[in-house]
Amino acid sequence: MAIRILVGVKRAIDYAVKVQVKTDKSGVVTEGVKHSMNPFDEIAVEEAIRLKEKKVAQEVIALSCGPAQCQETLRTALALGADRAIHVEVTGKDYEMLQPLAISKLIAAVAKKENVDLVLLGKLAIDDDSNQTGQMVAGLLSWPQAVFASKVDIKDKTAEVMREIDGGSETLRVKLPAVITSDLRLNQPRFANLPSIQKAKKKPMAKMSPKDLGVDIKPHQEYLSYEEPPKRQGGGRVANVDELISKLKEKGLI
Amino acid sequence: MNLIKVRTTSISNILHKLTYRYASSQALVTDLKAIAGNENVSNSASVREQHGHDESYHAGHEPDVVVFAQSTDHVSQIVKYCASKHIPIIPWGTGTGLEGTDKLGFTYFLLNCIFFHIGGVTAPKGGVCLNLSRMDKIISVNPEDFDCTVQAGVTRNALNTFIRDTGLQFPIDPGANASLGGMCATSASGTMAVKYGTMRENVMNLEVVLADGSIIKTSGLKGRSRKTSAGYNLTNLFVGQEGTLGIITEATLKLHATPEAVLAAVAPFKDFQSAVDATVAIMQSGLPVARIEFLDEKMVDACNRFSKLSLDVLPTLFLEFHGSNNNIEMQGQLAEETCKSFECLKFNYETETDKRADLWKARHNAIYAAQALRPGSKAYSTDVCVPISALPGMITFAKDALKRLNLLGPIVGHVGDGNFHVFLIIDPKNAEEVERVHEYSIALAKESLRVNGTVTGEHGVGIGKKQLLIEEFGPAGINTMKAIKQALDPLNILNPDKVI
Repeated sequence: MAIRILVGVKRAIDYAVKVQVKTDKSGVVTEGVKHSMNPFDEIAVEEAIRLKEKKVAQEVIALSCGPAQCQETLRTALALGADRAIHVEVTGKDYEMLQPLAISKLIAAVAKKENVDLVLLGKLAIDDDSNQTGQMVAGLLSWPQAVFASKVDIKDKTAEVMREIDGGSETLRVKLPAVITSDLRLNQPRFANLPSIQKAKKKPMAKMSPKDLGVDIKPHQEYLSYEEPPKRQGGGRVANVDELISKLKEKGLI
Repeated sequence: MNLIKVRTTSISNILHKLTYRYASSQALVTDLKAIAGNENVSNSASVREQHGHDESYHAGHEPDVVVFAQSTDHVSQIVKYCASKHIPIIPWGTGTGLEGTDKLGFTYFLLNCIFFHIGGVTAPKGGVCLNLSRMDKIISVNPEDFDCTVQAGVTRNALNTFIRDTGLQFPIDPGANASLGGMCATSASGTMAVKYGTMRENVMNLEVVLADGSIIKTSGLKGRSRKTSAGYNLTNLFVGQEGTLGIITEATLKLHATPEAVLAAVAPFKDFQSAVDATVAIMQSGLPVARIEFLDEKMVDACNRFSKLSLDVLPTLFLEFHGSNNNIEMQGQLAEETCKSFECLKFNYETETDKRADLWKARHNAIYAAQALRPGSKAYSTDVCVPISALPGMITFAKDALKRLNLLGPIVGHVGDGNFHVFLIIDPKNAEEVERVHEYSIALAKESLRVNGTVTGEHGVGIGKKQLLIEEFGPAGINTMKAIKQALDPLNILNPDKVI
């Protein structure tokens, strides 16, 4: 029986942009800055589409939580091959303070509502680098998880997932329904093309609010300040090993 | 080779000129910092060394100062300043050129001589390398109009990444991640020229800083129309001028639709003649092939070793077709039939992104794979381009000459355009080998001219092909180019001693 997949996509600052911290340290500059689908989410979408092409999946639903601009990101997911999209609208201050736990609750609620067999997410978003959402979704749903996937094989409602870990790689077998998060080497995503962008405009996109899903998105953490990392100091040259040793002693390093 | 008069001087004179040159170099740094900002000027040894060479084997002569321009205004002021002091300017994109275009134009033979006179250039004041890589903004993308405008320092990959969600691409692919300004300046081409054209067909408008610092737009101050009959075709005057007529600061480029379906195929043949004949047949069948690349067996072997592949070590064609889901298979089938009629041993094809990317990565690394055949060597690439019907004869000539001159030269080529490269592997310190390579290159170029071809299909003239250019155009043609150079850069400060 072909499965149904829910893919989460986040609209984040494009990875090629040089991020600037606001002068009042309250955040980073997002006005007029290029945004695009989080690269790990592109990989997740690609994997979902490939499962559909292999006829392992019968439907791919794309989900994004945020302001109206998220619909652009969802249209891209539709252009890449997703069948329909769900936009959970969160705006303004609520969106600024939207944190992984709240997002996980939203994703879990949609996963239950849509009765999907697999939740595919990027392993982390490149703006906050949290790497929490996939794991928390699994926890909230009491589903098994296989994160940092570099290879996914699905047969008979079971997923065999190779994961990249510090010591090398590890293969897990999980029963569906499950949560899988994508790592960099899972696949190389396709680019959208004009005919599919046109087709995507006609695919269904549903809008809902956190209240519709019965989720309280109140934040649990407060962001105190944002700062750039310290500027790199110039190095210095020493003439010989003795000078190196005395300089290290001077700095109290040895 | 250029005619150079070397004047020897007494020791004290040499010391005087050394100190004068150093002193003037410091003044240069101070003045340029006033224009471009402290962080944007460098005369440190490593920065100058980096900007003194590109990917060619031409050993470099370093500039005195490197300036990193941040805006067209910077470029204009820097040019005005250099013009006032008769200081040569060499523009720099990414340093991935193959003809020494972005080096101070003194031949490598003269590196040991410190002082010389070339024509009208007075006592050497060194030169300024103008690095445009920090002008890396994508100014606008207009998906409905299929065009975009970028600063010169934007690289090809950066542009394609930026527009990836529009369904459009900039398919000119010279093999390296070159800057778009550099690609305009050298009229770059690459593996997809057979379907999408070269830079000449894809540049709509340029912003250029001229030798007196004035700024022009070559196709109208705001022009973005797909076609125009307004005035002289200045855009294509500046495409390919290699920084000798002006410095390109912005380009408006045509974008193309990303194909819905892509099919890549590999077909090894029993000999190169069959492979080349198959190419000619495919081109003459009218199939809109997107890429058709030839690798000879030496090149395949090198790629196998370098990229850890296991391709059959035989003359091989790599093909790619772009189309829609409902016609891509048919294109592949037609190509397969054609190749089989020339007795290809296999016809393997892929449609998946990852596998196709692997295939082309091997081809992109070809020049490094060739150099890796003999560690410590450098590759000198020939670049002849001939009418398709002359291609089989040309490759035969190329291979025979390699045997005759006892040179190692794997061959790779954009055979759909009649363009191929012999990567001659040389030890730059072996003067005798360098001389044989030189002889080979000239023989190949002359044969190309004999069969109505050109001496350089895509890499440009730079330093090494200036003499051949005269043969290709004849005196009247060259004089026309010189007249244009004289009109646009009478002081000869823009990348002197390149091209003509």
